[in-house]
Amino acid sequence: MADTTTNTALSGPRGPKPRKRLSRGNIILYSTLFVVCVYYILPLWVMVMTSLKGMPEIRMGNIFAPPVDIEFQPWVKAWAEACTGLNCDGLSRGFGNSVRILIPSVILSIAVASVNGYALINWRFKGSDVFFTILIFGSFIPYQVMLYPIVILLREAGIYGTLWGLVLVHTVFGMPILTLLFRNYFSSIPEELFKAARVDGAGFWGIYFRIMLPMSLPIFVVAIILQVTGIWNDFLFGVVFTKPDLYPMTVQLNNIVNSVQGVKEYNVNMAATLLTGLVPLIVYFVSGKLFVRGIAAGAVKG
Amino acid sequence: MTTASKRPWLLRNINAKIAAMPMIFTTLVVFVGGTAWTVIYSFTNSKLLPRWQFVGLDQYERLWSNNRWLTSVENLALFGVFSLVLTITLGFLLAVLMDQKIRFEDTFRTIMLYPFALSFIVTGLVWQWILNPQFGIQHIVRSLGWETFTFDPLYNPDIVMFGLLIAGLWQGTGFVMCIMLAGLRGIDEDIWKASRVDGIPRWKTYLFVVIPMMRPVFITVLVITTSGIIKLYDLVIAQTSGGPGTASQVPAMYVYDYMFTAQNLGQGLAASTMMLLSVLIVLIPWAYLEFGGRRNG
Repeated sequence: MADTTTNTALSGPRGPKPRKRLSRGNIILYSTLFVVCVYYILPLWVMVMTSLKGMPEIRMGNIFAPPVDIEFQPWVKAWAEACTGLNCDGLSRGFGNSVRILIPSVILSIAVASVNGYALINWRFKGSDVFFTILIFGSFIPYQVMLYPIVILLREAGIYGTLWGLVLVHTVFGMPILTLLFRNYFSSIPEELFKAARVDGAGFWGIYFRIMLPMSLPIFVVAIILQVTGIWNDFLFGVVFTKPDLYPMTVQLNNIVNSVQGVKEYNVNMAATLLTGLVPLIVYFVSGKLFVRGIAAGAVKG
Repeated sequence: MTTASKRPWLLRNINAKIAAMPMIFTTLVVFVGGTAWTVIYSFTNSKLLPRWQFVGLDQYERLWSNNRWLTSVENLALFGVFSLVLTITLGFLLAVLMDQKIRFEDTFRTIMLYPFALSFIVTGLVWQWILNPQFGIQHIVRSLGWETFTFDPLYNPDIVMFGLLIAGLWQGTGFVMCIMLAGLRGIDEDIWKASRVDGIPRWKTYLFVVIPMMRPVFITVLVITTSGIIKLYDLVIAQTSGGPGTASQVPAMYVYDYMFTAQNLGQGLAASTMMLLSVLIVLIPWAYLEFGGRRNG
């Protein structure tokens, strides 16, 4: 079920091209889609336009109008000067933190989950399917239920509030969806290959590194896309499991924009918001259909 | 298996078991153990730190007589019902539009799905700005000449949840559309041929043939959306911070505040157990439907 729906979703419409281009139905169809797209694009448009205006122009004008005088100062300020609490070094700090959190989290979570998927398909052991079922059902448990026990575990391990604590949390909560992704993919690799390697004397890790890994590069890319956007966008774990000097970009952004002190600088706020959204947006627009494939795999979990 | 079966069962397939240690730890210690810990300690009067002093259902009685909690639950129910009905209806309708063999399908999909790549924080902040009464939509409509036009959901306690809803729909409908579209593409082309031969109008085919056939897709979307709605947190933090007053509080905020800032752990745990319960109410019937019927799926 999982594979057929994903694949057909990606293959595009089937059948011959429509004949008449300007029938009444088509006009209604395309204009509806056009209106919908305007609704979707509008916030991005407003963000970009606001971030390029000066404050006087914002106070006088219309948020949808393009700027009369283009200003890049808000971007500079958002990146390098905006204040959170006592620190006035802008979002660059949050960006750095997010990158430092992102890289080990993506690598570790994907490494663990791909090995899980491999073990679940090719090296089943007693109870392995039970663990997988718990894993999938666990992904529906609200994070709030597990927050405090994890705080205790991390505190006992001495890594509460550190980078590695957060990396482990991302690895744990990324595991259900990624394991499912890899398990489904590995199950489509012919078993004969695995058996032949076994006959040739390859062991657990040998087969993983020499056969499974090289054959599954596309699914690794999908997993990377999924994790990069997911971890970059995380807010809750960042707040709970790190200290202020290690807050990821989303947390810092929220602190900058929703701070109660000082004059509100909407242009700086929007520039900061765009900066934070830029990484997942770039990943999204570059990856195209692979992103769809990732979320479709997530949707048919269970 | 044949050669290995001479070894004791624990050592059989030992590499796979070692490799699966992180998974075993995650499932048993974090998911099962953590959940059990939370449920058990919700029956204690833990304050700043967990304390093993059993007080029965006290925390739950206090919870359900706390106005802030009641507001949170009401808000979430309101947001949840509207957001479920609207994301599923709109998601399906958009998917149907996209399924009419249109041109530029990829472009349309790219545009409708990009908000899903953005975080709730970004979503919340953008819509906070657009709905700002002084500069946003209200200001623009007024400057067009309609002086009394009022649309300030984020400052009006009665409709603040709808302000959040607009942002939530913007973020999530594209995703539901994609899943629904995948479901529609999974419908056999012969169904369409058959209904055309019988002269059944397209809308009737969708309503009476396609939708019933897509039941599993609808149920999946329902479960995913519901479990997402119950977790609703970041969006509210960014867009309204729970305000004005306590008008847009949600359960996840209540949990966080009592656990980490109000130093009333027992309350936080009881509230999070209620969140768990609400997920189970959706999850168990679904699991029963999905796995109960076909054992060897």
